[in-house]
Amino acid sequence: MNILVIAEHDNNELKSSTLNTITAAHKLSADIDVLVAGSELAEVSKQAAAIENIKSVISVDDPIYKNFLAEDFGNLVASMGDQYSYILAPATTFGKNFLPRVAAKLDVQQISDIISIESEDTFKRPIYAGSCIATVKSSDPIKVISVRTTAFDAANVTDAEVSIESKDSQNSMGNATFVKDELAESDRPELTAAEIIVSGGRALGSSENFQIIESLADKLGAAVGASRAAVDAGYVPNDYQVGQTGKIVAPSLYIAVGISGAIQHLAGMKDSKVIVAINKDEDAPIFQVADYGLVGDLFEAIPELTDSI
Amino acid sequence: MKILVPVKRVVDYNVKVRPLPDQSDVDLNNVKMSVNPFCEIAVEEAVRLKEKGVATEIIVVTVGQSDSQEQLRACLALGADRAILVETQSLLEPLAIAKCLVNVVHNENPDLIILGKQAIDGDNNQTGQMLASLLDYPQATFASELEIADNQAIVTREIDGGLQTIKVNLPAVVTTDLRLNEPRYASLPNIMQAKKKTLDIMNVEDMSVDINNRLQTLSVVLPEERQAGVMVESVTELVDKLKNEAKVLS
Ligand SMILES: Cc1cc2nc3c(=O)[nH]c(=O)nc-3n(C[C@H](O)[C@H](O)[C@H](O)COP(=O)(O)OP(=O)(O)OC[C@H]3O[C@@H](n4cnc5c(N)ncnc54)[C@H](O)[C@@H]3O)c2cc1C
Ligand SMILES: Nc1ncnc2c1ncn2[C@@H]1O[C@H](COP(=O)(O)O)[C@@H](O)[C@H]1O
Repeated sequence: MNILVIAEHDNNELKSSTLNTITAAHKLSADIDVLVAGSELAEVSKQAAAIENIKSVISVDDPIYKNFLAEDFGNLVASMGDQYSYILAPATTFGKNFLPRVAAKLDVQQISDIISIESEDTFKRPIYAGSCIATVKSSDPIKVISVRTTAFDAANVTDAEVSIESKDSQNSMGNATFVKDELAESDRPELTAAEIIVSGGRALGSSENFQIIESLADKLGAAVGASRAAVDAGYVPNDYQVGQTGKIVAPSLYIAVGISGAIQHLAGMKDSKVIVAINKDEDAPIFQVADYGLVGDLFEAIPELTDSI
Repeated sequence: MKILVPVKRVVDYNVKVRPLPDQSDVDLNNVKMSVNPFCEIAVEEAVRLKEKGVATEIIVVTVGQSDSQEQLRACLALGADRAILVETQSLLEPLAIAKCLVNVVHNENPDLIILGKQAIDGDNNQTGQMLASLLDYPQATFASELEIADNQAIVTREIDGGLQTIKVNLPAVVTTDLRLNEPRYASLPNIMQAKKKTLDIMNVEDMSVDINNRLQTLSVVLPEERQAGVMVESVTELVDKLKNEAKVLS
């Protein structure tokens, strides 16, 4: 029962989502290979080789994988599929993009976004925006699984290094071209890895007003999140969206400001350890999941909060 | 240019879904059903491409039970030209759905296939990618902008770190994200007109595809509920609780 875990990285640095995925894999078997595919990978492969509890790193270093385009990346992973009982990737936009291509090539039904491993073939996953939890049993010979990173702790990184084996690339399909990335530059922690998150909703009213959320976040060393309504209105970029169809987060402290608490938003944050809600409507559904609720006008409460910590 | 838009009938996003008492599945008795919101965005994008003169024909297709005709009619009212129901009594998984769609693609030869990124019932986020894989087509998932030029689709994608732009050769698969567009509401005359548009029905059994499910649902239950918290009266009290009770601030 060997497992292939697909590492997420940016050709410079391993993403922490890889470490969460390793922990999930380790609940199935100790026989874990980590695939690092990309371009100029010496550094990332070394980082991967230092993860605790893995057997080896397989490095595929070729410019065609540099931008992780799903066609070539998917074909590469699928070409290795028959040597493994499990293929795991994080359920991030990286994993969601190529993993179903792998499953289709191997003629297996992917199991998306698992939150627990019950046995070698049985898994739990949220459905309907987390309104329900389904337990599903797979009859496929190769299990292709995407892992909800917040449901598994990060694997440790050690001083020891496992072997790094190079593998040849596949031919490129050549039907997709990378044009550009516009990635958010920020000194704040990454949303999915942050200890504290301050999120703002439609109530902020404008991107200028949203700065009071950012000031509070900076005071707390926190990441900034948002509801879909705030993103749609253009107050903040798309990568701030927390929820069913945005990012899934589970920080130690989540402060929801001017967010009503629609099920689609709760789906992305209700596993946070401590939830604070600040809303002027005492009947807002967000208070039903909040550990601490404050009814009030955010334009008074947030500056006061920022000043008092 | 011909566009195929696969759509799904799902529980309306406003409905609070609950498990059946025997925990065998979710309770779908008497709940409101709708077109999956991401599929509405897909139809809207196709209609806009037609209005711009880029597309000539829009076909919507669903794999589902007979009652999915209601959602196909809704898509026709939004501006699709004709509809196909691939009828089945069983609830199929994304792999089987993608295989059925491959058949439809072979019959219709669309230049572009636009799907939703995710159906909000199973939250699988798979079908578009699987369809592209089975067809060996390129894909552009989570699209927030789409432009057609020189037999390519230029697509801006919403990714975890921000935005990415890629170009894919047609024919291609695109899946929609929330910011791609804001779907229109169907007007009454368009709803009336939609009743006269063609809706062909095919049977899954005639397609010779393996539709056997690979996953067995053992149970469907409610998630653990959070304990109800407390209301605080002031910012001062909040800070005190966070520091001294929850100990999440120092
Ligand atoms: C397919 C689909 C996918 C979706 N995915 C997501 C998702 O991933 N993430 C997500 O967040 N949403 C998602 N949504 C949207 C979701 O249904 C809600 O519409 C959205 O979360 C609402 O955002 P909001 O709470 O900011 O806005 P509103 O619901 O408008 O709430 C604003 C809140 O601010 C409060 N308020 C107003 N003024 C003040 C003030 N001065 N001080 C304090 N409080 C104030 C109001 O009382 C209200 O509770 C999705 C919807 C669909 C259909
Ligand atoms: N039964 C179906 N019939 C047609 N299209 C579907 C069906 N199920 C899913 N799709 C398409 O695939 C997208 C993603 O669904 P999913 O992979 O289930 O999250 C949906 O938004 C639809 O565009």
